[in-house]
Amino acid sequence: MIHSLFLVNSSGDIFLEKHWKSVVSRSVCDYFFEAQERASEPENVPPVIPTPHHYLISVLRHRIYFVAVIQSEVPPLFVIEFLHRVVDTFQDYFGVCTEAAIKDNVVVVYELLEEMLDNGFPLATESNILKELIKPPTILRTVVNTITGSTNVGEQLPTGQLSVVPWRRTGVKYTNNEAYFDVVEEIDAIIDKSGSTITAEIQGVIDACVKLTGMPDLTLSFMNPRLLDDVSFHPCVRFKRWEAERILSFIPPDGNFRLLSYHVSSQNLVAIPVYVKHNITFREGSSQGRFELTLGPKQTMGKGVEAVLVSSQLPRGVLNTNLNPTQGTYTFDPVTKLLSWDVGKINPQKLPSLKGSMSLQAGASKPDENPTINIQFKIQQSALSGLKVNRLDMYGEKYKPFKGIKYMTKAGKFQALLSN
Amino acid sequence: MDGFDSAVQCVTVLYWVCDPQMIARGKNASDLFPAVVKNVACKNIEVKKLVYVYLVRYAEEQQDLALLSISTFQRGLKDPNQLIRASALRVLSSIRVTIIVPIMMLAIKEAASDMSPYVRKTAAHAIPKLYSLDPEQKDCLIEVIEKLLADKTTLVAGSVVMAFEEVCPERIDLIHKNYRKLCNLLIDVEEWGQVVIINMLTRYARTQFLNPNMNESLLEEGGGEKAFYGSDNDDDTDDEEDKEEKEKKKTEATAIVKRKPYVMDPDHRLLLRNTKPLLQSRNAAVVMAVAQLYFHLAPKAEVGVIAKALVRLMRSHSEVQYVVLQNVATMSIKRRGMFEPYLKSFYIRSTDPTQIKVLKLEVLTNLANETNISTILREFQTYIKSNDKDFVAATIQAIGRCATNIGEVRDTCLNGLVQLLSNRDELVVAESVVVIKKLLQMQPEQHSDIIKHMAKLTDNIQVPMARASILWLIGEYCEHVPKIAPDVLRKMAKTFTNEEDIVKLQIINLAAKLYLTNSKQTKLLTQYVLNLAKYDQNYDIRDRARFIRQLIVPTDKSGALSKYAKKLFLALKPAPVLESPFKDRDHFQLGSLSHLLNAKAGGYQVLPDWPEAAPDPSVRNVEVITLLERVTTLTSVPEWTKCSSREKRKEKKADKPFYSDSEGESGPTESADSASDTASGSESGSGSEESGSGSESEESNEESESASEEDEEEEGKKKKKNVEKIKARKPVPESERIAAIACLFTLAQHQTIHDCSPVFEKTLCSFLFLVDPAPSPSQVTPLNNFLSSSLVTDLEGLSLTDNVLSPTTIIPSGNLKTYELLHRITGEGLSVEYCFSRQPFSPDPHMVAVKIQFTNSATSEAKSLHVEDAKLQSGMRIKEFPEIEVLPAGETVSVVMGIDFCDSTQAANFQLCTHTRKFFVSIQPPVGELMMPIFMTENEFKKEQGQLMGMNEITEKLTLEEKCQGEHAVVQRVTTAANLSRVPCGSDKECRFAGKTVTSGSLVLVSVVTKEDGAAQLTVNCEKMVIGTMLVKDILQALTQ
Repeated sequence: MIHSLFLVNSSGDIFLEKHWKSVVSRSVCDYFFEAQERASEPENVPPVIPTPHHYLISVLRHRIYFVAVIQSEVPPLFVIEFLHRVVDTFQDYFGVCTEAAIKDNVVVVYELLEEMLDNGFPLATESNILKELIKPPTILRTVVNTITGSTNVGEQLPTGQLSVVPWRRTGVKYTNNEAYFDVVEEIDAIIDKSGSTITAEIQGVIDACVKLTGMPDLTLSFMNPRLLDDVSFHPCVRFKRWEAERILSFIPPDGNFRLLSYHVSSQNLVAIPVYVKHNITFREGSSQGRFELTLGPKQTMGKGVEAVLVSSQLPRGVLNTNLNPTQGTYTFDPVTKLLSWDVGKINPQKLPSLKGSMSLQAGASKPDENPTINIQFKIQQSALSGLKVNRLDMYGEKYKPFKGIKYMTKAGKFQALLSN
Repeated sequence: MDGFDSAVQCVTVLYWVCDPQMIARGKNASDLFPAVVKNVACKNIEVKKLVYVYLVRYAEEQQDLALLSISTFQRGLKDPNQLIRASALRVLSSIRVTIIVPIMMLAIKEAASDMSPYVRKTAAHAIPKLYSLDPEQKDCLIEVIEKLLADKTTLVAGSVVMAFEEVCPERIDLIHKNYRKLCNLLIDVEEWGQVVIINMLTRYARTQFLNPNMNESLLEEGGGEKAFYGSDNDDDTDDEEDKEEKEKKKTEATAIVKRKPYVMDPDHRLLLRNTKPLLQSRNAAVVMAVAQLYFHLAPKAEVGVIAKALVRLMRSHSEVQYVVLQNVATMSIKRRGMFEPYLKSFYIRSTDPTQIKVLKLEVLTNLANETNISTILREFQTYIKSNDKDFVAATIQAIGRCATNIGEVRDTCLNGLVQLLSNRDELVVAESVVVIKKLLQMQPEQHSDIIKHMAKLTDNIQVPMARASILWLIGEYCEHVPKIAPDVLRKMAKTFTNEEDIVKLQIINLAAKLYLTNSKQTKLLTQYVLNLAKYDQNYDIRDRARFIRQLIVPTDKSGALSKYAKKLFLALKPAPVLESPFKDRDHFQLGSLSHLLNAKAGGYQVLPDWPEAAPDPSVRNVEVITLLERVTTLTSVPEWTKCSSREKRKEKKADKPFYSDSEGESGPTESADSASDTASGSESGSGSEESGSGSESEESNEESESASEEDEEEEGKKKKKNVEKIKARKPVPESERIAAIACLFTLAQHQTIHDCSPVFEKTLCSFLFLVDPAPSPSQVTPLNNFLSSSLVTDLEGLSLTDNVLSPTTIIPSGNLKTYELLHRITGEGLSVEYCFSRQPFSPDPHMVAVKIQFTNSATSEAKSLHVEDAKLQSGMRIKEFPEIEVLPAGETVSVVMGIDFCDSTQAANFQLCTHTRKFFVSIQPPVGELMMPIFMTENEFKKEQGQLMGMNEITEKLTLEEKCQGEHAVVQRVTTAANLSRVPCGSDKECRFAGKTVTSGSLVLVSVVTKEDGAAQLTVNCEKMVIGTMLVKDILQALTQ
């Protein structure tokens, strides 16, 4: 299946390669570089590139291309999904997945890649198993290793691989038993010139951090499970139980994992938490334009809107801007034409606004592109869809765990189209 | 490398050695090979692992030295720890050195019957590795695959199907017996395995089931009915009303066509039902695999469920989106209704990468219809103002396609496009021109003003493609713009020399057309243009000019063609069809690489068309169902009391250790799995264990612990009384053994795999104590083989071939091992058994004689039994038995047929036909039956043996079982296992046997030397190494059990 893997950085150097079958010359990447040159933006490189003898399937994460070399038919998503899993694992191990981090931990990277694929077919991709095989590097362990001469490779053989609960390692012990769940919702919306919603949908996840001794069997129930009609689960969730009772029943992996992700579509009325009022005018023939933007909260259930950040790609004709924010700071980059305004917290009594003028290229005609505004924000302690966890129970172990749940709403791809 | 103080130092150096950067710089690290390989036996795990990495990487270049390390791995293969066995196999099979192929083969075969499912999984992984190293091993590997396919653990399923896909995807017949099991296990298999299995099952289902949309397609084809039902055969099936209407239509249609209504095969339904939950997987590849399965296999009304899942995937990484959108684009052409409710999810965001934007446009265009076109067009209008010029161009083309597909909006679209002609961006204008040209071709009469408008554009627009399009339009419709056309030609003639080639060609075209319609005004201009073209640099243009001049300008020499010039140039041209590039892509399996590239990728398996008539569904029948009936009767037998026999059981445990360290702690999901594991695991496990040092391994210790836990558990669970009763019984008669197994299956069936409790599982495990581990030649129909083979081991007493030459061999032919060919149930009353009669097959001495016995236990007589349609491996031949004309009810008849197996243990597949039915059957010979005895003196034997040394000789040490000590017993067992004759020998410590393979006549020499305390040494010499290794295994088994 997967023949080889090349890691290419943003400047086009191959800084790591790994082969699972016979060695493929790195010249095969030339086809990739060609495609990269043709693409205007880094993300426009086609994920699948056919070459005379191989196929290259690549993903771009953290400005690194992960290029897999394939020799014969294989579902492309299979490879793409696997590559993303590799990146997730690196991130899990090193905190960040950057070229520097990979180079610093090259030994661990090789060991991981060796375990994750056997002859090109995924072998161990569960983080719990991998962590048993290869211990993640920490500063302390590095020091200890250097002194004592021990290594990162686990001395124990991973028994999890053999069991039918392959996602959980065995023999877990904690003094404080705790289980935390974060319900995080991202709202994606497109709002048109007049302020009405074109699309709005919510993408939600429940991330868990479970540190429980032994083999706990958890059940999680919701107040309003009907909201969850479009869900995907971690493999540990018993699907039949969910179908029948709408209860999440599972033996959790140890540590951090994503329990489920869900999607609340536009059919279920999604309330938009903020509104934008704007007035942007370019006059034909004049070298000045007016810019006015006001933000306000809307249906936030009494929770404050925080960490608001507004950014917009202004038309190419704009030379500079002279704007006054009522709060926060704004910057405009005359080269990339990117306007960004860090608003901070919205005060419902005194709405933040940004007003002023833009100077346009002299003699240039009225720009006809359609600028859009991207808005980011956070609302703590509230899930926009109204999803609420009812209770969490534990079976199979005797102790009493500490339980916690947190809600948060964030803006995902939240766009407002501006008139011109 | 030996002198390092610490492992760290060693590791550092090794990394330096393994670093590909260094290799890239041209320094070859392979010089260090001997020094590195020495460390293979190092205790430090990290060093060991690195040596493995290094070894795998460089072994191909340093073959001889790599061999040094092999023995370490061979030792590892025998390690009591399953993880060490597995990793030894993993590395051994990754070393790409051809010379060790036989060793690998042996190791894989052994691992395939290992008791640990994890080792078996590794064996499955090793199969494609060996296959890529030496494709000649295919036949043997298929055997291993067949065996592993029968495995019932979720751990193995994914890996073995992957091996199946790489080695023998064409052997779809291997799947039959495992089909239902795979469907049922699917949800618990790890995600990567799920993808592979689902894709394979899609292909399988296409060959085995009928098209569920059969009736619909009939309806569509039946042209007469079409008008009656309205012309749209779109599949907007999603609303309830529509569905009902469809139902109605369907029934009516069937009434008309007079076809019996389509009934879905329950197996087909099983597949659809068991895959559906996986749409909820977090793994995009799994979701996509299920989606394509539904698209290719489900009835139209059910396909809709996948839309939601696919739309969800679009929220994932952009690469995932890219692939999903490609597939959605293909699907949306065929099943538009499915995605219509999700129209808004395909709206484009300014932050999407261009390639995603273009794909979304494609989907939006496919989804456009009369009702939603206005929304879509409004959306398109916003897109046209985007910064991204490639995207704008794609949008304009999309508008063009909407306009051609939906007549109502054609004028609106055209107007919109004409407005774009005044856009400041030249690219936008050019693209619009090209699209307008295509649209105008459909109804040019009404649009002469647009053509005029476009004619004016020639002054400004510079993009060659657009200029060419305008010129072509004016030329084509010059009668609609009689005044402007000559003027345009005049202007173009002026700039002719500076134009691009495609524009020049169109100028010549325009000139020619005008000359033909309006020669008065344009004669001179045309001449001028043609003269210019005559001296052009491009030979295409020169050619064209010369050709056109000859054709249109009448001269005295001009040929017959010029008469037709007008017809040639001004013929009515068909309007271009603006089609989606995704049309008809669905002949590739969706989700595949080939589909994405729209070109066949290497190794792509074509998705077959539905068969006209469904093949025999009974091939998928497994025994379970029939046994249920028997269980109900057997479990009610009163004499089964919970008598006391715990001590006895313990005894039994002691002599038959039950190794399953992993199963003991396995969680609540697996049930049937662990059951089968132990059945197959203990079979080989006990063999190798006894032959070893005899010391108790840690596993058996652990096992007895877990077994005693079971005892405690047992106390409490009185609910499953029947179960316990069976368990309590010690000297288990045959019939009860069957009952026990049957019970297991029943329970396993009732208990949904996901929810079964550990208690239940333990009961299952303890059940297996009852089932004596007996060798079953093929795992496909385990029950019958259990029965027959254990019978045979019991009866094994007297052995013999009635070969005159060898007086020392003694099996009365009545005691030959019989195998089942066709079970009474599947055969509908006809049961067929076969045995290898060990008599020479007189019509052809190169064939193995197979005695086949038919028993008709049905109530009616069976007629004309004969063989048909043999599917044989290359080189194999078959000599059919004469047709049996009538077999009355209750009668039994025997016939003999000959099969030339080509000295391989490949099964011979053929159809057994009666006057009413056909059954697919296969005969697979044990290796011992592929040979025939020959007579030899002791001296001859020694001489021949001397010539078959080295790789042709295989020696194994073993410990003879108690009952088997003594010359007589050894002779019996060896001759039962293989068709050999004894060679006279002076010493009573040594038994020798000789034979030759039936087809090629290669010598097979076996000698067993016994020593004190039951220790013995087995030597097999055979030219054919594969035969040799398999024979060793068989004889070992015969001698140690």
